[in-house]
Amino acid sequence: MAEKIIELRDIKKSYGSVYALGGVNLSVEKGEVVGLLGDNGAGKSTLIKILAGAVRPTSGEILVHGRAVTGWNAARSREAGIETVFQDRALAVQQSIVRNIFMGNEIANRFGFLDVEKEIAEAHRLMREIGFTSKVFSPKSIVGQLSGGERQGVAIARAIYKQADLIILDEPTTALSLTETNKVFHFVRQVKASGRSIVFIGHNIHHVYDIADRFVVIDRGKVAMEADRKDVKSADELVRFMEHIAHPERGTPDHSAPASKGAA
Amino acid sequence: MQDLTHRKASSSGAPPDTYAHPQDKFWRAFLFNNRAALGSLAVFLVMILIFVIANPAVFTSWTVYSSVLTTLPVAIFLVVPLVFIVTVGEIDLSFPATMGVAAWAFALVVKAGYDPSIGFIAALVVGAVLGGFVGSLVVYGNLSSLIATLGMNFVLRGIILIFTEGKSIALVSLNDNWFFKIFSSDFYGLPLQIVWAVLFVIFCAFLYSRHRFGVHVHMVGDNPDSAGQMGINVKAVRVKAFVFMGIGAAIAGVFSTMINFTWWPTSGDGYLLPVLASVFVGGTPTWGGIGTVAGGAIGALTVSFIQTGIVGAGLSGFYVQFFNGLIIILSLLGHRWNQVRYR
Repeated sequence: MAEKIIELRDIKKSYGSVYALGGVNLSVEKGEVVGLLGDNGAGKSTLIKILAGAVRPTSGEILVHGRAVTGWNAARSREAGIETVFQDRALAVQQSIVRNIFMGNEIANRFGFLDVEKEIAEAHRLMREIGFTSKVFSPKSIVGQLSGGERQGVAIARAIYKQADLIILDEPTTALSLTETNKVFHFVRQVKASGRSIVFIGHNIHHVYDIADRFVVIDRGKVAMEADRKDVKSADELVRFMEHIAHPERGTPDHSAPASKGAA
Repeated sequence: MQDLTHRKASSSGAPPDTYAHPQDKFWRAFLFNNRAALGSLAVFLVMILIFVIANPAVFTSWTVYSSVLTTLPVAIFLVVPLVFIVTVGEIDLSFPATMGVAAWAFALVVKAGYDPSIGFIAALVVGAVLGGFVGSLVVYGNLSSLIATLGMNFVLRGIILIFTEGKSIALVSLNDNWFFKIFSSDFYGLPLQIVWAVLFVIFCAFLYSRHRFGVHVHMVGDNPDSAGQMGINVKAVRVKAFVFMGIGAAIAGVFSTMINFTWWPTSGDGYLLPVLASVFVGGTPTWGGIGTVAGGAIGALTVSFIQTGIVGAGLSGFYVQFFNGLIIILSLLGHRWNQVRYR
């Protein structure tokens, strides 16, 4: 069994009397891509914030590399090698790629002057590592000139520079075209190949199905389904399951599956 | 986007070990990265060319340049820090009064019989403290910097007038001092002020783009949310920019006092609008996140030359304001075509 980077056990989070999460178990193994699915308000964002240490769970246990951690917060999360890439607001678009990668973590001498040569060499290395190279742009290119998928690449390169073992991608393909989505998938595969783990959050089930090794569906603060990729035959099966948990009155997925097949 | 197939080919195959990019070529990169400053330089050169054609006798002699090079440094010490302020996404209208108060401290210390170098240090401390105060007021008081610094300009100038009752301080003893000779005399006709101003511009250009402080100023001005997320102390960076402005104003105040051998209660007042104009004539856009220190200095050069140039070219002084405005508007139109705002 592969090593677990992080494990959440029976995590509960309540805001007043409202339960955002009602006992969630989630673990991420080394080198796997976990697809996190769920409707708006299902508890996805609360779960991400707990992983990032921005929100403290009301109860439950957090284990990093198998050891229970007390006093979980943003700093502990970063120490554990967890970096979150938010879809927007992540990059300074008028600045160069290299400046964005080293934002807040500049390579500088003790007087604070930057070692730009070293930063550019390091940026080249990071960009090669995730397959983010092109004849059209260099580390000195301005981020505003890049497409949406390429901007995700900059954010992912930055997370890797910060020694992340687990990168949480919050809706990285929302509002992206097919070509751009494929670019993001390419980066994700490269990151996975380097032995790092990814939690991929998405609205688009097909996107998540294409990239994830394991699917976790959250509904009303609980894990409604957890399945390895090999146990899910197609994206449609996932779609049907998601429809079922959204509209349980229309019948179970087992009943609806043949019905939709008959219609087709 | 138009080159998509090209990109795909290079990203799906084995990534090349080295790849040449247009922006890696030195001269193209230099032109691209400094297009704002070079544009400002072009405006300045065209302006000088027109002056030379209008009155060759005046504009081929050294005298006219020497007089501008004496007063220009004062503006440069103000314009360059203001580029940092505009880049961080703020504005400062209080620097003329900060300059006045800091120079006042210098004048008082020198008048009391201390060495001007001690007066200079006193002025720097006063400038930094005032800048820190104005910055804290804006950042921690969560006020609009436009209005808050306008108010602070009146408050500080008011304090000067209340305490001095409008009286100036003469500093005739400065003339023989080593400090004056190093900073404010001339060397075979070249005013030494401009040497210090050029060194200041070079240092600040490195501070702006090659130092942690400068790049944090860019990040905060560009995307404060992101900068904060990445561990940059956004509020501290904003306050530091104001402290830097205060230090620049103090240096300007000391230089201005040494040129005139007198501190006036109005010291700094005339600099507000020309310095503001210089920042934008130099090619720094108003929206924050980007800017140019060299451009700002060239902007100051252009703005300082307009008055001298108009009169020297043989036009009456009544034309000065008109051409001042014309050059500002033409430069902005030029930069508008030059600047792209990425979102």
